[in-house]
Amino acid sequence: MCGGDDEIPTLTRRLSSASGPGPKVCIVGGGPAGFYTAQHLLKARDDMVVDVYERLPVPFGLVRFGVAPDHPEVKNVINTFTQTAQHERCYFYGNVNVGTDVSVEELRKAYHAVVLSYGAEANRSMRVSGEGLAGVFSARDFVGWYNGLPSNKELQPHLNCETVVILGQGNVALDVARILLSPLDLLKKTDITQHALDTLAASRVRRVLIVGRRGPLQIACTIKEVREMINLPDTAADMLPADFESISEALKDLPRPRKRLTELMMKTVKTESGQHKANKSWGFRFLRSPLEVLPGPDGKRVAGIRLAVNKLEGSGEDAKAVPTGQTEDLECGMVISSIGYKSLPIDPCVPFDPRSAIVPNNMGRVKDTAGLYCSGWVKRGPTGVIATTMNDSFDTARMLLKDMDSGMLNLSVNKPGGQEITALLKERGVRAVSFPEWEKINLEEVRRGTAVGKPREKFLDVKDMLAVAWS
Amino acid sequence: MGYSEAVSQLSSLTVNQTGSRALLFYVVCVCVCVCVCVFSSSGCKVLLHFVNQSGMKTSVSAMEGESLLEVVINKNLQIDGFGACEGTLACSTCHLIFEDGVYEKMEPMADEEMDMLDLAYGLTKLSRLGCQVTVERWMDGMTVRVPQEVKDRREKPEAEI
Repeated sequence: MCGGDDEIPTLTRRLSSASGPGPKVCIVGGGPAGFYTAQHLLKARDDMVVDVYERLPVPFGLVRFGVAPDHPEVKNVINTFTQTAQHERCYFYGNVNVGTDVSVEELRKAYHAVVLSYGAEANRSMRVSGEGLAGVFSARDFVGWYNGLPSNKELQPHLNCETVVILGQGNVALDVARILLSPLDLLKKTDITQHALDTLAASRVRRVLIVGRRGPLQIACTIKEVREMINLPDTAADMLPADFESISEALKDLPRPRKRLTELMMKTVKTESGQHKANKSWGFRFLRSPLEVLPGPDGKRVAGIRLAVNKLEGSGEDAKAVPTGQTEDLECGMVISSIGYKSLPIDPCVPFDPRSAIVPNNMGRVKDTAGLYCSGWVKRGPTGVIATTMNDSFDTARMLLKDMDSGMLNLSVNKPGGQEITALLKERGVRAVSFPEWEKINLEEVRRGTAVGKPREKFLDVKDMLAVAWS
Repeated sequence: MGYSEAVSQLSSLTVNQTGSRALLFYVVCVCVCVCVCVFSSSGCKVLLHFVNQSGMKTSVSAMEGESLLEVVINKNLQIDGFGACEGTLACSTCHLIFEDGVYEKMEPMADEEMDMLDLAYGLTKLSRLGCQVTVERWMDGMTVRVPQEVKDRREKPEAEI
């Protein structure tokens, strides 16, 4: 069991709060949404018990598997999540797959409320032919690969081509571009996986094009990430001046964040024209949508991509990309589609909107299902930074607390909470990983990393994580 | 004259009435405070008022030289999710809104701060990141606030900048 190091005090604490009359809430998903929701709930009521269930043996979701290795400060939130998990009224159950090991229905019976915070584990497909060719990856898989997500460890991308085309211009696309072009000296001091480092060391990639459907004024990435691209050593910015010709007039009316980002991109165009050649280059390409991924002579591997040329209808954030009928081919040896993550349905009893790929909800309360809530990407869709998810999780927590206060959630009935679920899991031969057991995995990863000058060397296999957790 | 000389001079005065004794005590206290402020290397205590997301106002005595993020953490102010990245310019959760007259007297923002601030929830023309603002004596008595909580998600505050 998780909690303290000593068995007996933990058991006592568990029994007293588990059988206590206070509200018991279950959170599905141990990433930022789950932990921020838990944090808010625990602070609000001192009789509240919160159990966090996570499919992997390790917590923290995209903070561990999504945030780029060269952005360690963003991962500082792990400290606050750790504090939450170590709270005496919070219990972490890793290695439990909600949907297969235990059903949402069973959780709803055992708890006063269940919050779905399981995020978006799949990716949007480009839905073009050739998407299945070798050398075509989703950014979600590529990022998972360099960040040690167990299900991506066999990805084995070949970086023996000169040009990589990335579809999508959000921060994830820029992360991928930056990792492809960063000097190895910098990367090897991060928590990037060893196998990614080995592959990057042998990389022949020299040019990365980041392609978007719309124009510079609609680009989804943020200014910090663009600055990082500009500052990449031995790498020139390769923009097309024509893309920015009609932009200057619109500048003065833009809100400050959009204006500064646009000005920065335009400055890049000016300074880079006629520059000496750097060894590597990166650039944005605008008004292009993927039509078809083109195979090479063997018919099995990507050799290029056919793009539709678009024009914009309307202006500003709501401008729409409309095909002109023209097309353009780009030669490349790898295509990475970074057009969005996507949530999946977890359980037949949970409503799910396949079109928007979210759980239908009203400000965090799942529609037509009493006692069920959601927070994070599964509630709003897969956009935004950690702070966005934080605010969103607090909103859901507030909604849940309001429902407790108003009696919409019936707290007069005692619920068994974690006691019942652990018994069920035991019957099914499922053993959870407690938070102190994760801390053993954590220590071992840090120890392995320190030996090679990295903050940690992540385990890539669930079975290795479990072996350490239960040793 | 030095502190100790002032105190000995004052205490050597003969006092006949209780009122005068109280006045003497008060004067000594003021001298002590002034001297601590003037001679202490860690600087003055500065009075600050914080208004949190629910409109709750808390007044604290901060140390000159601390960042506003440090003040919020050290004084345990009830501000939801403040300072997620722990002052490393990797988020915008220490976003604070200042008063007009105060904002213009502050040191201008570096690009790195503005880059992150531009992503903040409820951004205004008087916004800064708390981790980048240091408490200074002239800030004594100022009020800072965080964006007010929206009661209805549909009323999401539009950025004012």
